[in-house]
Amino acid sequence: MRSPDQLLHPTPAGLYCPVGDFYIDPVRAVDRAVITHGHADHARAGHGAVLATPETINIMAARYGEDFTAKRQPTELGEVVSINGVEVSLAPAGHVLGSAQAVVEHKGLRMVCTGDYKRRQDPTCTPFEPVPCHVFISEATFALPVFRHPDDREEIRKLLHSLTTFPDRAHLVGVYALGKAQRVISLIREAGYQDTIYIHGALKSLCDLYEDHGISLGSLEPATLEKGVAKEEQAKFAGKIVMGPPSAFRDKWARRFPDPITVFCSGWMRIRQRAKQSGVELPIILSDHADWDELTQTVRDVNPQELWVTHGREDALCRWAELEGYSARPLRLVGYDEDS
Amino acid sequence: MQAFSQLLDSLILTPGRNAKITLLCDYFARTPDPARGWALAAITGELDLKTIKPAMIRALVSERMDEELFRLSYDYVGDLAETVSLVWPETHGANYSPTLDEIVDTVQDTPKAKAPELIAHWLDRLGASERWALLKLVTGGLRIGVSARLAKQALAKFGGVKAGEIEELWHGLDAPYEDLFAWLSGDGEKPTPDMSGAFRPVMLAHPLIAKKDRDDPDAINPDMITPEAFAAEWKWDGIRVQAVSENGVRHLYTRTGDDISHTFPDVVAAMEFDAVLDGELLVRKPDGNVAPFNDLQQRLNRKTVSKKMLSERPAFIRAYDILHHGEEDLRALTFRERRAKLEALLGTSPTDRFDVSPLVEVTDAASLNALRNAPPQPEIEGLMLKRWESIYEAGRPKGPWFKWKRDPFLIDAVIMYAQRGHGRRSGYFSDFTFGVWAETDEGHEITPVGKAYFGFTDDELKELDKFVRNNTIDRFGPVRMVKATREEGLVVEVAFEGLNASPRHKSGVAMRFPRFNRIRWDKPAAEAETLDGLKEFLSYSET
Repeated sequence: MRSPDQLLHPTPAGLYCPVGDFYIDPVRAVDRAVITHGHADHARAGHGAVLATPETINIMAARYGEDFTAKRQPTELGEVVSINGVEVSLAPAGHVLGSAQAVVEHKGLRMVCTGDYKRRQDPTCTPFEPVPCHVFISEATFALPVFRHPDDREEIRKLLHSLTTFPDRAHLVGVYALGKAQRVISLIREAGYQDTIYIHGALKSLCDLYEDHGISLGSLEPATLEKGVAKEEQAKFAGKIVMGPPSAFRDKWARRFPDPITVFCSGWMRIRQRAKQSGVELPIILSDHADWDELTQTVRDVNPQELWVTHGREDALCRWAELEGYSARPLRLVGYDEDS
Repeated sequence: MQAFSQLLDSLILTPGRNAKITLLCDYFARTPDPARGWALAAITGELDLKTIKPAMIRALVSERMDEELFRLSYDYVGDLAETVSLVWPETHGANYSPTLDEIVDTVQDTPKAKAPELIAHWLDRLGASERWALLKLVTGGLRIGVSARLAKQALAKFGGVKAGEIEELWHGLDAPYEDLFAWLSGDGEKPTPDMSGAFRPVMLAHPLIAKKDRDDPDAINPDMITPEAFAAEWKWDGIRVQAVSENGVRHLYTRTGDDISHTFPDVVAAMEFDAVLDGELLVRKPDGNVAPFNDLQQRLNRKTVSKKMLSERPAFIRAYDILHHGEEDLRALTFRERRAKLEALLGTSPTDRFDVSPLVEVTDAASLNALRNAPPQPEIEGLMLKRWESIYEAGRPKGPWFKWKRDPFLIDAVIMYAQRGHGRRSGYFSDFTFGVWAETDEGHEITPVGKAYFGFTDDELKELDKFVRNNTIDRFGPVRMVKATREEGLVVEVAFEGLNASPRHKSGVAMRFPRFNRIRWDKPAAEAETLDGLKEFLSYSET
């Protein structure tokens, strides 16, 4: 068996496989890319060829336009593709629709790069599957023992409870456009809320795409008002859920809503000061990333010979691995956002 | 406990004053006695359980998790109680939540040695939010963005009474305030506590120049200051106190109502009057003048005072105002009238322990401006301007009184070390140690003289952080050492309020209240201040 660094190693453009001559989630345009999921910091436009799940390919086309890459290689979960003699396959990651772990195998050495992942049940995507491997390359967004995401349904109940407590206030729910928005909507529907949910324009195409993939989101309407309509029309948003990217709520766009209450759905909301500093009044702790317990449980489940840790709080996960007797190293890849 | 932790959570995240008052009123309305009273005491800082030190909480955690993982977590979160509440291992099946009054009662009845065990027992049984509330409660200092004043305003709204009525009664009442809540809920008479010897809420002044106009002395309207409208007096550099001597009961309070009588028996023994005085607590030098603040600091926060301390650093009060004389409440009189009463009481026969702060003649703003920066004694921080017609009003009313402090001292120093901040700043190097040049036989050696962690904007912080990352030459745990040579180094202009001799510091000096005034990207490091140059401020401060 060869040294793992010869099969995959970090470069400024991203994790690179010299044998297969491809990158995983490169942060710059490259000739050949394997993309784990459609979030902008992992999936960029302009690569020569993109290998990803059909859903991720569709998401990239929806975000960047049909010409986002010269060559598309839609690959189903479990299907094995050979790239210059390196066997590449995708396993579900449970992060967002289409998200996958990249499994790279060559001459008996198997390495798995998780991309972003979570372990808990999500009605909008296929659940994570641990893949036994020699080297496990895990994300570490929430890799601190302080991050323990509470039960999703309890968190959604907090939002619905607030709607009844403040029936005159528009609830502006900050969510990322891909994944979080659709998951939150699905959870709200599961909790029995059937009213129309108003969405910012930035969410529309991805919500439509999820619907096309058979994920029903209920009644959605644009959170817009006709130009010049009477002030009273604003009242239709009172006591309703309005969803948009967090940035939109700091914008002029948000002025149209009556006495708004700002809600943000994110794993970061676990930390009070973080919620307070972002001006959030109702923090909903809900993440598409694994929390501390899920990260450590996943390493145990996969039980690799070596753990490599990337983007996030690498030090803490490496420290934990060391205490557990795993050989671990931080990759210090750059270019990935602290998203959630 | 759940209701209390939810209240604290909501108060932290609710930005508006009125919304906070509404939250508090709701809580008072739906929570029974004595829990609401204990909550009120906790929020106003009157609940002093004093059983648990933060170090004990840390010890509990280190029995349960790796030190290094805890340190990484604490660095990220920035708040001990919050970190511990989040990392505490969940015990499955634990579902008993003690009530707030049960917690207060039990903690008060528990010997110190048993306290950690008790706290751990509760932490095992509570959820994350309640663990946080419990830890805040037992370690003191909630820091939830609610002042005691705001809590009293909420009480006033809850009971439909004036906030002044609550303020006035407050220091005669004790937690859990059942008599107060009975009155406010309409189930009882207004409490009439014995106010003899009680603290009276203090009147405070606004700065004459808004902070943002720091560099712009013209921002004040000089026409406002006339001898007819204003009296002026020196602002002494001690601590503001209230001396209460009524019906044989004597107390010395800080301006926030903390009783410090036991720390200053020399002053209390000399309170041979029947009055409530407002003044500055100072230490006298052998020559009769005021000693530097440092000497007063040696006497603060001591449980017992040695005879040596009493004789070497005798304390006294320089009186500014009189609030009560005998049975008479003077606070509704004008400053002019109160001043006459104060001078009648003390002015004719000042003692070693009590004298009257002299008035400064008011002519115009320009001459006062000159005076505040060149006071006759170094232990003067500037001037106080008080309207002759001002009544003595609790709080910090806008308009009647102003403080006009001396401009800060400024020096150019070189950044030597940087440390990561906490919380929002945890990703940035935001705490800086800076130094000046000591001249030695081998040439110039950079010597640390202070630490500062504010005085810069968010954008400047990003620039500073970048500088630290690009110029690190060594690391000591969380501390980065940056380039600081005659040729290379970042100069910052540091503002400070005074300089004390300090044998504990390598440089021999300690700055008071240092902060960045501006960053001198342009200035060569070799042109920063020398240690001897800095020490000239010392002679200024101590002669």
